[in-house]
Amino acid sequence: MGRLMNNLQPIESKAKDKLIVATAALCGCFGCHMSLLDIDERILQLVELVEFDRTPLTDIKTVGKCDIGLIEGGVANVDNVEVLREFRNNCDVLVAVGACAVNGGIPTMRNQFDLKDCLEEAYIHGIGVENPQVPNDVEIPLLLDKVHPIHEVVRVDYFLPGCPPGADTLWLFLTEVIAGNAVNFPYSLIHYD
Amino acid sequence: MRRIVIEPLTRVEGHGKVTLLQGKNRHIRQARLHITEFRGFEKFIQGRPYWELPVLVQRLCGICPVSHHLAAAKATDMIVGVSKLTPTAEKIRRLMHFGQTLQSHALHFFHLCSPDLLFGYDDAVRHRNIVGVIEDHPEIAKQGVLMRKYGQEIIRVTAGKRIHGTGAIPGGVNRSLSKQDIHYLQNDIGQMIDWAQGAVALIKQVFFEHYDYHLAFARIESSMMSLVRNDGAFELYHGGMRAKDHDGNTIFDHVDYRNYNDYIRESVKDWSYMKFPFISSLGEEDGWYRVGPLARVNNCDYFSTPLAEAERLEFMAIGKGVPVQSTMAYHWARLIELLHCTEAIADLLRDRQLLGKNLRIKGELQSHGTGVIEAPRGTLFHHSDIDEQGIVKKASLIVSTTNNNQAMNESIRKVANQYLDGHRLSEALLNQVEIAIRAYDPCLSCATHAIGKMPMKLSLENEHGEVIDQLQKNTSGQISRTL
Repeated sequence: MGRLMNNLQPIESKAKDKLIVATAALCGCFGCHMSLLDIDERILQLVELVEFDRTPLTDIKTVGKCDIGLIEGGVANVDNVEVLREFRNNCDVLVAVGACAVNGGIPTMRNQFDLKDCLEEAYIHGIGVENPQVPNDVEIPLLLDKVHPIHEVVRVDYFLPGCPPGADTLWLFLTEVIAGNAVNFPYSLIHYD
Repeated sequence: MRRIVIEPLTRVEGHGKVTLLQGKNRHIRQARLHITEFRGFEKFIQGRPYWELPVLVQRLCGICPVSHHLAAAKATDMIVGVSKLTPTAEKIRRLMHFGQTLQSHALHFFHLCSPDLLFGYDDAVRHRNIVGVIEDHPEIAKQGVLMRKYGQEIIRVTAGKRIHGTGAIPGGVNRSLSKQDIHYLQNDIGQMIDWAQGAVALIKQVFFEHYDYHLAFARIESSMMSLVRNDGAFELYHGGMRAKDHDGNTIFDHVDYRNYNDYIRESVKDWSYMKFPFISSLGEEDGWYRVGPLARVNNCDYFSTPLAEAERLEFMAIGKGVPVQSTMAYHWARLIELLHCTEAIADLLRDRQLLGKNLRIKGELQSHGTGVIEAPRGTLFHHSDIDEQGIVKKASLIVSTTNNNQAMNESIRKVANQYLDGHRLSEALLNQVEIAIRAYDPCLSCATHAIGKMPMKLSLENEHGEVIDQLQKNTSGQISRTL
């Protein structure tokens, strides 16, 4: 499962002012990104520390070298696989953020069913459905048979569990990593409901 | 790996992917915003006990989880045979929901839209984001961050944590507020009302600065649907369904939402995972409608709070007697709602029943439950059937943004016909499409919400279905022709 959370290796300091952080939302609910915004006014400090222009929705064709990649969500379709590999190739440190990235989370509940049944339940047998058919256009990415945690697809350096990890957990992680320190979480920050 | 859909040649995650279909004489006959994510909640909540629904289904969305939490809780109230909550339980839930709407609207306005409004749509994209606002307008950025924080804190106090909390349970809530909680929240509410008034003033200034443009841009004539209170007042938590046509004539009113399936049906199209709801009496072709702030402010008879009501009257005046159809008026309506939320929170915090200890009612298990709520982005429908053991057998969800599906496509089509020049896509067109989509504040599961900007891929197909042009914009604002 990669390195333990409390066994972080500091990132080598770079010959530039700010570390570059990239984030991506794969098959998740965006709650982990919202939790990052829950650092509230500390975001004013964060933008002093990191370059944040590479957003969750960065065009993968332009992802450059990044220091830290934060991945929310598991892997459910071919898009997710491609983006995840792109991030792995470009990020020095890749972090699985939240339950879905760490172990697949709620979306893996579909793994117990046949994917065909899931699609047919929504688009054919659903209540009030007209023109029943399973969407099948070339513009829609290929779904994977099962939803996977990200470490089943790429090597992951760190895991931050929680649904979502709290803002204080994310803040401590980022500030310590940026400062080049090892991270030690107090119990309260890795305790979940 | 089983192949269910065909893999396209180029794949870029998270893009708002739009295809424009040209008919004869170069007119755009259809615009398609493709929604490419599928998760399968309807299937995998089958077999789960009903009491898991409020905490399970909210994992659909981390941006407005409280809406799903409460809609599912309302459905489970019905499942456990409870038709009326204790006053404390209902008020705690309402407070949670106002907090949710406040934080979501603040996020949309300050974090996502204010860069467009403050810097203009032509500003460099590297600058036109929340970081740019922090640098150039620190006071506005601070207000946005702190208003969102305030809403999130209300959620934390009422639901236990800010995202994916546990406050609502079948038949009630699992906590009430302490005096300390109330004092804590009362400290800042005056400031929130002031800032909300400032936000409304700002959006009005922007709207009137380019009045004709804002009236006409991406404007479509549509029906509108929302919940209203039984006396017709603006309502977010509980009410009857009201729909009006584009002239403001009633299509249906005070409909018991438990019968929503008699009024709303959903069509499936093969090019999107998002379904297309329509008002069944009008048919699929004409029955599509809009939901969310624009629909709610247009549909209600009045706001129960004075500042929001005064703003509503000013807003409705631009419609000159019929509903305001300007798509850009979504932003304005959203901030009137933001103001209402702050006023309503201030009122609720004076209510001693928030301190009550009577939290939950029990009843007889029923075979099904329906919960409908006005989420920040519009009407949200949850329905579940259960067996005698309390296990979910069948479930149906219509999420808010889905209601606006056809409306967003129509707005894109309008913009495309206005800005498309011949057979070539332009940067201006791509920007305008983005602005039109953003007005709806779509909570696409492919997450068009971001700390930065929404990348776009825009394709143009001719009447023979051949792609004749394609533009792509990344988050740094670089535009490339990919054909």
